[in-house]
Amino acid sequence: MIATLAIILSFQLVGEIAARALDLPLPGPVVGLLLLVATCILRPSIAERIRPTTLGLLQHLSLFFVPAGVGIVAHWGLLREYGLGLALALAGSTVLAIGAGALAFTAVARLTGSEDPSAMKAPGDD
Amino acid sequence: MTDPLLIWSYLSEGPLLWLTATLVAYLIGDAVFRATHRKSWANPVLIAVVVLGLLLWGTGTDYATYFEGAQFVHFMLGPATVALGLPLYDNLPRVKKAAWPMLAGLVVGSSVAVLSALAIAKAFGIQGSVLASLAPKSTTAPVAIGIAERIGGQPTLTAALVLLTGIFGAIIVTPLLNALRVRDWRARGFSVGVAAHGIGTARAFQVNETAGAFSGIGMGLNAVLTAIIAPLALRLFGG
Repeated sequence: MIATLAIILSFQLVGEIAARALDLPLPGPVVGLLLLVATCILRPSIAERIRPTTLGLLQHLSLFFVPAGVGIVAHWGLLREYGLGLALALAGSTVLAIGAGALAFTAVARLTGSEDPSAMKAPGDD
Repeated sequence: MTDPLLIWSYLSEGPLLWLTATLVAYLIGDAVFRATHRKSWANPVLIAVVVLGLLLWGTGTDYATYFEGAQFVHFMLGPATVALGLPLYDNLPRVKKAAWPMLAGLVVGSSVAVLSALAIAKAFGIQGSVLASLAPKSTTAPVAIGIAERIGGQPTLTAALVLLTGIFGAIIVTPLLNALRVRDWRARGFSVGVAAHGIGTARAFQVNETAGAFSGIGMGLNAVLTAIIAPLALRLFGG
């Protein structure tokens, strides 16, 4: 577990340095993500080594958003001031974006013949 | 026996109390989520935020004090983002096959997210810095804050809007895409990653690993595209 954390933090560190040094439009952790993928392609043994702890970490991805989420409570007054308009803008645009994005994805998958039967949801699933 | 007030003043100084409270609130959220057979409306982030919000309000604690303890959990967002590289690596053959569908889902999802949000808000008379704060709300928080600063938004308002968008997207995605009969895990994950960033991605991982991997990619690509679209869209709506 500690070795995996050290590996992941190292990728983040290199990512942060690269993003700043090269003035990239991506945040450091995203650069770290790309470097991790590249490293796993070159050395598949790394992927196996970090797998258990990494997948465990991702199982609880929600947890890491909680502190920032509590910030909503801190800005409650400001949010209430613009209440209805902001709520409808957030809810409406999110519904439209998820729906339109998913339909565009499946339509182009059908057109280009890149459908993937192994990635289909079974009828009973959530 | 020591005066309880002294114990409280000791606890309210250090990070121990709010760090523990954050983990416990999340475990409560996660337990409710499981007890409801993983229903999307029982979102663990939402439940934990409500529990902690009530606790802060009840004890008269401000957000800055809370965050001193919670920052250790917040810090883990960075490593967790790096960790998304592993499911991406595992799904590389699928990802290569899905380049065109992803491009379509990205361009459509990202533009619809920005344009429709600005159009609806404008119709309700919202303008100026609030409109600018709204534009990047589907993007992952650190990038959204950067975009908002550049186009004249309020960073803290943007952060709150980003989080609300993520929670709402994570709750709505399953019933919405079931109603639209989208059965492709790749499309389901990718679209929620584009529209509802990391919290949507967390939801996708709860349901299916392929959906989670595509959601992570959608989140990353949308961060880049929104940085380009948001300023243009804001100019279009006269923000």
